[in-house]
Amino acid sequence: MTLHFDRSRATTLLQRLGSVIGLVLLFIVLSIMSPDFLTTGNLLTVLRQVSINALIAFGMTFVILAGGIDLSVGAILALTGAVTAGLMAAGHGMLLAASAGLGLGLVLGIVNGALVSWGRVAPFIATLGTMTLLRGLTLSYTQGSPIPVTNTGFALIGGGYVAHLIPLPVIWMFAAFLVCGFLLRGTVFGRHVMAIGGNEEAARLSGVRISPMKLAIYGLSGLLSACAGIVLTSRLYSAQATAGAGYELDAIAAVVLGGTSLSGGRGWLFGTLVGALLIGFLNNGLNLLGVSSFYQQVVKGIVILIAVLLDRRQ
Amino acid sequence: MNTPLVRMHGIHKSFGPVKVLEGVDFELLPGEVHALMGENGAGKSTLMKILTGIHAPDAGGIEVDGKAVTIATPADAEKYGIAIIHQELNLIPSLSVADNLFLGREVHRFGLLDRRAMKRRATEWLARVGMERLDPGTLVERLSVGQQQMVEIARALGQEARVLIMDEPTAALTEHETATLFKLIRELREQGKGIVYVSHRMEEIFAVCDRISVLRDGQFVGTRPIPGLGFDEVVKMMVGRTLDTRYPARTPKIGEVRLKAEHIGGGPVHDVSFELHAGEVLGVAGLLGAGRTELARLIFGLDRRSSGKVTLDGVEVTPKSPSEAIHAGFGFVTEDRKAQGLVLDLSLRENVSLPRVPAHAGLVDRPAEKRQTRGLIDALKIRTRDMELEARSLSGGNQQKVVLAKWLALKPRVLILDEPTRGVDVGGKAEIYHIINQLAEQGVAILMISSELPEVLAMSDRILVMHEGRATALLDAHGATQEAVMTAATGGK
Repeated sequence: MTLHFDRSRATTLLQRLGSVIGLVLLFIVLSIMSPDFLTTGNLLTVLRQVSINALIAFGMTFVILAGGIDLSVGAILALTGAVTAGLMAAGHGMLLAASAGLGLGLVLGIVNGALVSWGRVAPFIATLGTMTLLRGLTLSYTQGSPIPVTNTGFALIGGGYVAHLIPLPVIWMFAAFLVCGFLLRGTVFGRHVMAIGGNEEAARLSGVRISPMKLAIYGLSGLLSACAGIVLTSRLYSAQATAGAGYELDAIAAVVLGGTSLSGGRGWLFGTLVGALLIGFLNNGLNLLGVSSFYQQVVKGIVILIAVLLDRRQ
Repeated sequence: MNTPLVRMHGIHKSFGPVKVLEGVDFELLPGEVHALMGENGAGKSTLMKILTGIHAPDAGGIEVDGKAVTIATPADAEKYGIAIIHQELNLIPSLSVADNLFLGREVHRFGLLDRRAMKRRATEWLARVGMERLDPGTLVERLSVGQQQMVEIARALGQEARVLIMDEPTAALTEHETATLFKLIRELREQGKGIVYVSHRMEEIFAVCDRISVLRDGQFVGTRPIPGLGFDEVVKMMVGRTLDTRYPARTPKIGEVRLKAEHIGGGPVHDVSFELHAGEVLGVAGLLGAGRTELARLIFGLDRRSSGKVTLDGVEVTPKSPSEAIHAGFGFVTEDRKAQGLVLDLSLRENVSLPRVPAHAGLVDRPAEKRQTRGLIDALKIRTRDMELEARSLSGGNQQKVVLAKWLALKPRVLILDEPTRGVDVGGKAEIYHIINQLAEQGVAILMISSELPEVLAMSDRILVMHEGRATALLDAHGATQEAVMTAATGGK
């Protein structure tokens, strides 16, 4: 029996480290194949690109760990970005505009949570519905044309640098990682997320209040999507109705690549960060190597499938 | 003498180290309704699964019409004309009656369904079970449970079944439907079919069966003709299990009334009342489907009560969710620890503290959590090197102790235990009994549901016996006999 325990633990560790090993291998291969890869400038650029996906994927990790899924993250990003930009265009300050955007993201997430818990709608369907609905709202709000941002202070959120070197979005990404990691590992909230994903019935019978938890979990995902929306709007100096299209799939890919089980209850936030970095560096490397963007998608798909197939061999 | 339709002899079957059947004989004659009885876990369903090719016996043989045969798959069983009517019916609700009757053996021409032929034949088959007036095009979901059962029987007969196994066939039927079923059973008997009738309901067995075979703990007790057989004799055959586990003694210190349940009703439970005192163990006995777990769920707020009142230490409580029940002072060790008791992917520590994580302002106090877990591991003698191991990796007995530990951390006033020693080995059982006694001595009021009669008799102070959702007896455990409990559990007086 003792042997069995050790083996199961070792397997878990190997699974968890799988994504890290993959990232390291990718790093080595790309460093050898492209002289432009291992430069500070390139690496920081990739980190900045990754930050948007990572912010969304952190929220997605909570949702998936609790046994759900959130397809509306990209749509929330677009609407909150548009509202934030719209408020500034109407002459409001950046603080008010950004707070409104974040608040809106939180509320939209809670609506998802309410549909899933009180409405008993399957998460896939509920968030597919809100995704479509929010996309429509964003299009009618923006009338289909971009809302430009002129506030230079706001433009720093996504475009600024610390010490003239590290892009601010990278700082946001790591800050969010630390906060979310602590939330997951160090708080009762995080414990209950894991318990709901592992066995919702047992959690309920142990007195975990499932519905409020789901409101909070989807609320967190909405909030982080809004953060990503604000960073993206700031970086692009404008909000676009089609922003964030397909980001939900990138976020899910990052979570799954990081070794979190889509059926919930098993996973970790660090894996998601690694998963997001893997996708980012893979894109970057393929660009540097001059692989056509058509084939880039093919490679990305293959990597995701391999990761999931490896994960299934427990 | 008639050649038996089916004869099983010397059947042995083990699942891992657990011996489920040890040398069981069973024979079914043409034109016979043969009752198969025994307590929960006596081995009835395993025996029938062997007959229908779901399990293979470890030893022993099966004869059909006097010829030795091997039944390795359900398809083999069908070939020999053996069919089972399951308790949970095996029909597809969204398909029509005819579609269900011919599922897997559709009448077709070059892959195209011949609906007209199927409809014609379906009507014939339905006529055999007295359902000629049912339109074969009706969707199964529109039928009552009784009608669905008739459709299942019609399907079995249509496939030329000569041996019909009915597992608790009347469990979900109305009185009228039961009467219709019995009429059909008698007709089938006239036609020379053999029927194995598995049931806990003594009255029905006396009403419809010709012979009875009894299993007890996987052993074959005997076969008797029903005419001339008394109710008491059947009960005597079923009970009398040897006391193989030592039950630790406890000096009962019964305190004030802690839990008072009055006229509890809801779901299958009707009008159950009892009082539970501090420091008392109230055993709840009954056969499968008697409504014991449902009673516990109603009290714990998992299901909504349709009637009745629960008072805890003089205050009326109506928990609407487990979280409210826990807050009121209830703990509930559920029957199925893997599905309901544990989060298998979480560690032992995380499982133990799930109902109440030691925390300050939402931040987990890890040192306090570890201290608490360590204390409970020691107190309950949970055998593990490491509290960080996944609950999945523990043995059954240790898992059950983790579930107990989870509730002990909360210091409940009333602890409901549903089959607390199911799937636990003998050593583990003794330790769990010891824990139950300690809790009772500390003044916890314990409601213990158990299907093991010796366990109920030895551990309880009083025993509430249930039958078909009603309380049929409330016995003082000292002086109560297995026969008395079993009589009340099977609906006798």
